[in-house]
Amino acid sequence: MFIDGNGAAGVFAEALGVDITTAVITCAGCGAGGRFAESHVYDHGPGVVARCATCESVLARIVRTPTDAWLDLRGARSLRIPLPAE
Amino acid sequence: MTETVVRRRTPWLAATVHSVRSETSVARTIVLDVPGWPGHVAGQHVDVKLTAPDGYSAQRSYSLAAPADGDRVELTVQRVEDGEVSPYLVDELLPTDQFEVRGPIGGWFTWHATEPGPVLLVAGGSGIVPLMAMVRERARAGSEAPFTLVYSVRGPSDVYYASELAEVDATILYTRTAIGPRRAGRITAADLPAAADARVYVCGPTGFVETVSDLLLERGHDAANIRTERFGPSGG
Repeated sequence: MFIDGNGAAGVFAEALGVDITTAVITCAGCGAGGRFAESHVYDHGPGVVARCATCESVLARIVRTPTDAWLDLRGARSLRIPLPAE
Repeated sequence: MTETVVRRRTPWLAATVHSVRSETSVARTIVLDVPGWPGHVAGQHVDVKLTAPDGYSAQRSYSLAAPADGDRVELTVQRVEDGEVSPYLVDELLPTDQFEVRGPIGGWFTWHATEPGPVLLVAGGSGIVPLMAMVRERARAGSEAPFTLVYSVRGPSDVYYASELAEVDATILYTRTAIGPRRAGRITAADLPAAADARVYVCGPTGFVETVSDLLLERGHDAANIRTERFGPSGG
């Protein structure tokens, strides 16, 4: 069973310093773009996997060790992160 | 486009329990004092980290139940049988106890009082929590945005925040034990209002959110207006 991208926001924020839920992530598999919040997150393994809501390809994986966060974004063609107003 | 841009590191902060109150036999609202809390928007959540004396720690996400009020933060937690974190939070936690929180988290599933509405909220079980933060924010800000709430629960004893639901146009659907004219049963398309350009927020277990999303499309709602928060089969 998956949850949605909101449920993985904490671990990504810890690694990247940004809120990833509002970012637009484009799938390298099918080309669909959508908010990270709407991706399907599987968090029952040792890491967290986000899959495309359209084709279920893996978009991103993150594993946290006591000292590092390992982020694998090969399933994402791009990640567009909204910036706060200046 | 309305979203909340959050751009900064989110450190773990020490939270001290101010008070607790029961919502149902298996759910409690926990009021915390979190010095340095940066404020939040209705709909956001926090990560909670409990650390045992031997250093073992466990983390879970919980929705914020009320609007920002200085350093004061409220969570409502439902006990998950066999869970690792929620039984402690629901059954054992006492005022002055401490744990760590990180947040606020998530800028997509949010509602700002500046938005005129209309808003349709659809809650399954404890999915009411972030939606209640929106209802409370509307009241706090004096917003007149039309709010409609459809809230699915097993029976009358499972309803959270009963005294406040009259603030909005609320319909409670009972899935197991019904009171009122509607027979007990799962949500159907007829239980949801037809599309009227409402922003729709759906929160509940994954299966509930999937079902409601399909029913909303059937009722003519535009997928672009629907925002969802699934909390999975077990919050732990």
